Amino acid sequence: MRELSLHLLDIAENSISAGAKNITITIHEDTLADRLYLSVQDDGKGMDEEMVRKVTDPFVTTRTTRKVGLGIPLLKAAAEACNGWLKIHSKPGEGTLVEVEFQRSHIDRMPLGDVAGTFLTLLVGNPQIHWVFRYSVNQDSFELDDQPIKQELQDIPFSDPFVLSYLRELLESNIRSLQTTSVN
Amino acid sequence: MPTIKSLDDLKRIREEALEKRKVKTASGQVQVIVGMGTCGIAAGARDAMKAILETIQTENLEGVIVTQTGCIGLCEKEPIVQVVVGDQPKVTYGKVSPEVARQIMKEHVKNGNVVKEYVIQV
Repeated sequence: MRELSLHLLDIAENSISAGAKNITITIHEDTLADRLYLSVQDDGKGMDEEMVRKVTDPFVTTRTTRKVGLGIPLLKAAAEACNGWLKIHSKPGEGTLVEVEFQRSHIDRMPLGDVAGTFLTLLVGNPQIHWVFRYSVNQDSFELDDQPIKQELQDIPFSDPFVLSYLRELLESNIRSLQTTSVN
Repeated sequence: MPTIKSLDDLKRIREEALEKRKVKTASGQVQVIVGMGTCGIAAGARDAMKAILETIQTENLEGVIVTQTGCIGLCEKEPIVQVVVGDQPKVTYGKVSPEVARQIMKEHVKNGNVVKEYVIQV
């Protein structure tokens, strides 16, 4: 995976598989401190310490359960190669928070890529989940909570052509203006 | 920066969508399922999804339900897209690039003709 937004998509898919009902994705770029922070928080079934270890480093421990992919270890390695880190906070029955941080200007840092495409894919493909997306660059921010939109639309699905163009425009224009006005 | 453009926009969108729905006769629902496991994502499932959503917009396709699923054990055939038209059996497509996705949407979802060259056996 060559984009951080694809990793976000991958982690969010894990949250969905873990039975989450509420998922919040945060992206924060701090150009002054030169850091890029990403997180995915869910209220899924959570993991015990053993599982967290396996998910982060699948080759160290003997794997007894399948269902452990390589998405997280690869992202962790990528972050550590860029003066960053990856942490998983998880409790069985409560949920999971995956956080990752990079040195923003590091030459090896993957680009964020198509953030709007990731958010749109998650929103439309998983209408049963309550999504909150937060993207900030320095002091400017954009937040999308899909609850009020769903309330307003009632029985009209996100895959309706009118709704799709609304959502796409909303995400793309806000993310574009964040990325162009705040980044020097 | 506004969190949501405005809820009035959404009211209008809802009304337009409802209006359209009245005009259109029930032609049976179509379900489009995109594989979004790690394998699918790495193979380009998000781009396939984007192409599917774009075609819904450009072709103005009503009554299409787009959902996603995890890895179905055919990682080498990803990106995988499945189409279910009404009560017909599920058709599974493999190696779905954005171009193939657009073709599936136009030929299968819109006109009801299976795009045979990309069908895979599951």
